[in-house]
Amino acid sequence: MTTTSEPTPADDRIAGYAHPERLVTTAWLAEHLHEEGLVVLESDEDVLLYDTGHIPGALKLDWHTDLNDPLTRDYVDGERFAQVMGERGIDRGTTVVIYGDKSNWWAAYALWVMTLFGHEDVRLLDGGRAAWVAEGREMTTEVPEVQPADYPVVERDDTAVRAFKADVLEHLGKPMVDVRSPGEFSGELLHMPDYPQEGAMRGGHIPGARSVPWARAANEDGTFRSREELEAIYLQEQGLAPSDDVVAYCRIGERSSHTWFVLTHLLGFEKVRNYDGSWTEWGNSVGVPVERS
Amino acid sequence: MTATAEPGAGLPAALAELAEDFSAVTERERLQLLLEISRELPELPERYAGHLESMERVDECQSPLFLAVEVGDDPDRTVRLFFDAPPEAPTTRGFAGILHEGLDGLPAEDVLQVPDDAAYRFGLSAAVSPLRMRGMVAMLGRIKRQVRLRRDALAAGGTA
Repeated sequence: MTTTSEPTPADDRIAGYAHPERLVTTAWLAEHLHEEGLVVLESDEDVLLYDTGHIPGALKLDWHTDLNDPLTRDYVDGERFAQVMGERGIDRGTTVVIYGDKSNWWAAYALWVMTLFGHEDVRLLDGGRAAWVAEGREMTTEVPEVQPADYPVVERDDTAVRAFKADVLEHLGKPMVDVRSPGEFSGELLHMPDYPQEGAMRGGHIPGARSVPWARAANEDGTFRSREELEAIYLQEQGLAPSDDVVAYCRIGERSSHTWFVLTHLLGFEKVRNYDGSWTEWGNSVGVPVERS
Repeated sequence: MTATAEPGAGLPAALAELAEDFSAVTERERLQLLLEISRELPELPERYAGHLESMERVDECQSPLFLAVEVGDDPDRTVRLFFDAPPEAPTTRGFAGILHEGLDGLPAEDVLQVPDDAAYRFGLSAAVSPLRMRGMVAMLGRIKRQVRLRRDALAAGGTA
């Protein structure tokens, strides 16, 4: 699918990324909506946001209720994933465009989970839901009728883009990016009497991790910064190289999916893994090293 | 989710009624109900609108929610609740809406007696995910804390 209109500054920016095919603009999406072979998914932090209005033809994909196993802390298996995709009319060859709230955190997370299952053509809408809304583009509350598709049962591959705690322990000393806020990184906790705790026994970060809050990769409007700007942060400032073996993490793996997307698809890093156990696992694990600063 | 036979048991009347309404419908309808309640959350009155710094921020909610609690100096120590959450956070607004509809205008003692697990009486854990429920638990915890502080301040002769 190619765009027929004149290239815009956004198109030029996207063309500069390592894998420009992973991003579409709002203009491109508006032009291609309802095309055969394209399915648009909305993946939000807020489980009700889709129901308040969404891009025409888009379907809801909830990161928690659709992609996480209800019992084990893990993603769904191949069978369930095939069902989730199939009931949204997606087959193995479908072009999937995902967008969402919060600068596409959850959209990037959904894209990353789809990558675990090796879905080939999955893209993000640059700027996410906010960009579409800000441009005054059409929204609807109508949930489209779907012709279910036959999605094959594919075994999830956790080796290429996912890191478990054991992998991270082995990775200590190699490049790691902590994408949480500076307060979370330093280990300051908001302790107040009677308030429920954040869910970690220890505050701080994994030794050797560099603090690069995820939001530094995004513009104010939620679109991604240009390749030059991103290289200035991750390459020049942080000293990372596209050939590095990198692990990214946050609190539960959603914000680090955003950074995983930036490093992998926008900057062309070859080996980036997202540690989805993140701080809710590491900060509660017995015996693992923690650094504070 | 707590498998209570009576979802409203031990809750103040208005909150009990909501718990029963939620429990009586399917999971899908429950989300619709939550969405409707999110739309009914009243706007902030003038004394709070534009003064979020005078309200308490509930960090446990996935989207920022601001809360203000007032306790009257009437004999009942009537509790008034005020919430602010953006329209792009309908779930958070829905949680706030349930607490507003269920607790606003009650005597302080009644609010303090609401069980801490009240958030789990609406059958929402599966539909919105257990992780998201934390925001509602925290809202109730913070409401009760503020009610207690303000009631005690009034008893000590100060202003709430």
